[in-house]
Amino acid sequence: MITSKEKRGKYYIAAFAALFVTVFVFSIATGRYPIPFREVVRVFISRLIDIPQTWTNEMELVIFRIRMPRVLAGALVGAALSSAGAAFQGLFRNPLVSPDVLGASSGAGFGAALMLLFGMNYAMVSLAAFVSGVIAVGGAYLISIRARRNPTLGMVLAGIMISSLFTAGTSYVRLVADPNNVLPAITFWLMGSVANVRQSSLIWAAIPILGGMLVLLACRWKLNLLTTGEDEARAMGVNTKVMRIVIVSAATLITAASVAISGIIGWVGLVIPHFARMLVGYDYRVMMPVSMLMGATFLMLVDVLARTIAIAEVPLGVLTAFVGAPFFLYLILDRGNRI
Amino acid sequence: MTGKDMTVSIKVEDLQFSYKNNPVLHGVNFFAEADQCICLLGENGAGKTTLFRCLLGLLGGYSGGIYIDGIDGKNLSIRQLAKKIAYIPQAHEPTFNYTVFETVLMGTSVLMDRFHTPGQRECETVEQMLSLLNISHLAERGYAEISGGERQLTLIARALAQRSRILVMDEPTANLDYGNQFRVMRQVKQLARSGYLVVLSTHNPEHALLYSDKVLVLKDGKAMIYGAPEEVLNPALIHDVYGVSVELQKMSTAQGDVPVFVPCI
Repeated sequence: MITSKEKRGKYYIAAFAALFVTVFVFSIATGRYPIPFREVVRVFISRLIDIPQTWTNEMELVIFRIRMPRVLAGALVGAALSSAGAAFQGLFRNPLVSPDVLGASSGAGFGAALMLLFGMNYAMVSLAAFVSGVIAVGGAYLISIRARRNPTLGMVLAGIMISSLFTAGTSYVRLVADPNNVLPAITFWLMGSVANVRQSSLIWAAIPILGGMLVLLACRWKLNLLTTGEDEARAMGVNTKVMRIVIVSAATLITAASVAISGIIGWVGLVIPHFARMLVGYDYRVMMPVSMLMGATFLMLVDVLARTIAIAEVPLGVLTAFVGAPFFLYLILDRGNRI
Repeated sequence: MTGKDMTVSIKVEDLQFSYKNNPVLHGVNFFAEADQCICLLGENGAGKTTLFRCLLGLLGGYSGGIYIDGIDGKNLSIRQLAKKIAYIPQAHEPTFNYTVFETVLMGTSVLMDRFHTPGQRECETVEQMLSLLNISHLAERGYAEISGGERQLTLIARALAQRSRILVMDEPTANLDYGNQFRVMRQVKQLARSGYLVVLSTHNPEHALLYSDKVLVLKDGKAMIYGAPEEVLNPALIHDVYGVSVELQKMSTAQGDVPVFVPCI
């Protein structure tokens, strides 16, 4: 009976992986220049084995040059934010925590807004966003070392304060920005989008994001123990101080790098882990990989909407809430007893 | 090996601990070994929790010595300590609703290599511990959905899954109803008879009288007295520690004479 329960986790992961692959192909196929589903699959297969060409060269160009970076960026950012959110919720033992709790997003947002104010290019904006996101969390962490009695609470409080400092900074930048061109750019950037992601910046962002996600996957069992709190986790043999540094670093790299390429996309990191828990339970061994797959799937789908529902791009940060919140409210109504 | 395992022991020598300049523990001495149940009595703020946290290695910076199985606690890593001592906290509201099975599985963590996740062997350990405590039927239930007594038994199972021979329990009967208090204490007593060393704190001197082999009484951070319950626990001591007057009576029951404290109202 129990061994079957242990196996069920693997089936969940396999099912969500299959869903992820399907949605991935669907996102590549959908857009202003639709490509038949079958052709998308054939183009991918042709990269592995030799099959006769039934598609046009234009299709191949659209798939690899235009859609691929964007869809991959959506998947990467969705998986990144969800895993960081899941990790922080466990570490801080608080289901209301999101990846930006320690200031990674607001720090990154400030760095980006500042660079946009000075008219820097996309690469500089991303780099500055990443660096200032890491600085914000680093600052919160260093301050929280002084809170010896309750290091976790100290870290959250310091993070909230640092976060509000950076948000105030961003507001000031917007105030002084030129309302004709710079201000809209900042506003659009802060709302989040993967429309402008280039292949080169995607590769650079993928390194910290995938690295951080691997670390979180390696820690997924220990995260279960950390949810019992500092004393109990240590009494069960977990070096909580080391684990805290490892998990905070990994989640910060992930968050700052995703904000750097996509702007601030809220909601995903807070709510996808809850979806995952409702569907597969609390065990991080299953919940962490499922959160990653669900986050990736969800953001790819929302991005399909972002580029198809209107003639102009709709920012992802706006759509994630529009699509996700009603669904989540429905879940609360339907199965509120499992929250 | 003959009889009880002589290597399982706690020795505390002249333990002192202060928060800032505020002394919490001073002059605590005791020795305990396997097959014993040690009851820690004392008012709130007498230093019971601080003593536990020192034993578990959660508080550094104490002076004096704590020797676990004869080894200085300061020389043991977190993992090494966890293999020797397990902590059973008070049953509390969980943040996340893990199943009972998953909760107990967490205890096996210290027995695995780093970065490994539990496998067949760990699952078998959990099943074994659940059936030992007669809670196998709860395995798939959520920890948030079971009663206080069941939660306490789950936490005991989690500590047993850790395979440490010393169990430290923080007020295992607090927040439990009358029947559950006895069910949990009976379980504790059985463990202390089967090779474990149990150290627990309680607010109920009668539990100490009924279930413990030794009683350690803390007052204002000082170990007042340490000895067998029938020798140490008397109305004068209770008055000294709790400020209430009681009488010690022997009740004859089917199981023989049972000592009870009767409050003088």
